[in-house]
Amino acid sequence: MANSDKLVIAGREFTSRLMVGTGKYASNEETARALEASGAQIITVAVRRVNLDRSKESLLDCIDLKKYTLLPNTAGCYTADDAVRTCRLAREAGMSDFVKLEVLGDEKTLFPENEELLKAAKILVKEGFTVLPYTSDDPIMCRKLEDIGCAAVMPLGAPIGSGLGIRNPYNIRIILETVKIPVIVDAGVGTASDAAIAMELGCHGVLMNTAIAGARNPVAMAEAMNLAVRAGRLAYLAGRIPRKLYATASSPLEGLLE
Amino acid sequence: MDIAINGENRSVSAKTVKELLESLDIDSKRVAVELNMEILPKADYLTRTIADGDRIEIVHFVGGG
Repeated sequence: MANSDKLVIAGREFTSRLMVGTGKYASNEETARALEASGAQIITVAVRRVNLDRSKESLLDCIDLKKYTLLPNTAGCYTADDAVRTCRLAREAGMSDFVKLEVLGDEKTLFPENEELLKAAKILVKEGFTVLPYTSDDPIMCRKLEDIGCAAVMPLGAPIGSGLGIRNPYNIRIILETVKIPVIVDAGVGTASDAAIAMELGCHGVLMNTAIAGARNPVAMAEAMNLAVRAGRLAYLAGRIPRKLYATASSPLEGLLE
Repeated sequence: MDIAINGENRSVSAKTVKELLESLDIDSKRVAVELNMEILPKADYLTRTIADGDRIEIVHFVGGG
């Protein structure tokens, strides 16, 4: 069952449902080892100015680019214009149309600025980008993003980097019933059980960065997340038992000693 | 010729974008270049010339979520 189960985004198939960010690691070497342990096939990167004195080794020199699909983000953009500009630059630098679109509304919460997000998404879809937007856990917003042609929606579980887990599983469930495109929980995961919960709800994938990079042992946490996403997905496919208030015995009642 | 690269004022002798990237030891395959807010297709690096006062942005991918 698990082998034929694939995540499909804009016609592209992936066997891993865990996407990971590449920020905040102690070194490029640690990033590479954590990526390997995570089993991820899609990894996010940021677009930034080249350091002109070229003293630092670049991240892309340290990872096997044949193994990963790069998903450039628009982190740090607060307007549609900035996000669109960043995506266009990313396409030129990476020769791929995949973008993680985020337009932020506030530095303290890093919550999405959804009006600007929609504006940017419309422009980018028209220009042929495969747009994966980071958005609120709001079913109406997700429906709008689907309607304008986004390839997936990526509602937050909790604020970026907060590690608070899936704060509103009911909204995530409604989003899953509302849209037909993949739903990927992006942001908020703190530990393996959070990732498993997202997958058990029926999400198609989970994207995380800080939960792995900020762990005491990032490589071990990457493996834990790999297993949790797979376990959660399998549990979802297997179909959990209903919750009941009272006990149901597991052992037969017949043949009890008298 | 004085230009601004990534917000830094520099004196350069390169005549084209390609020459500029070479002089900075930057692999053109892994970057994107913006010349006065216009994103250049890689095929144009060879022919696009640089003029005094130009503002150039050279970006690449770094670690990020």
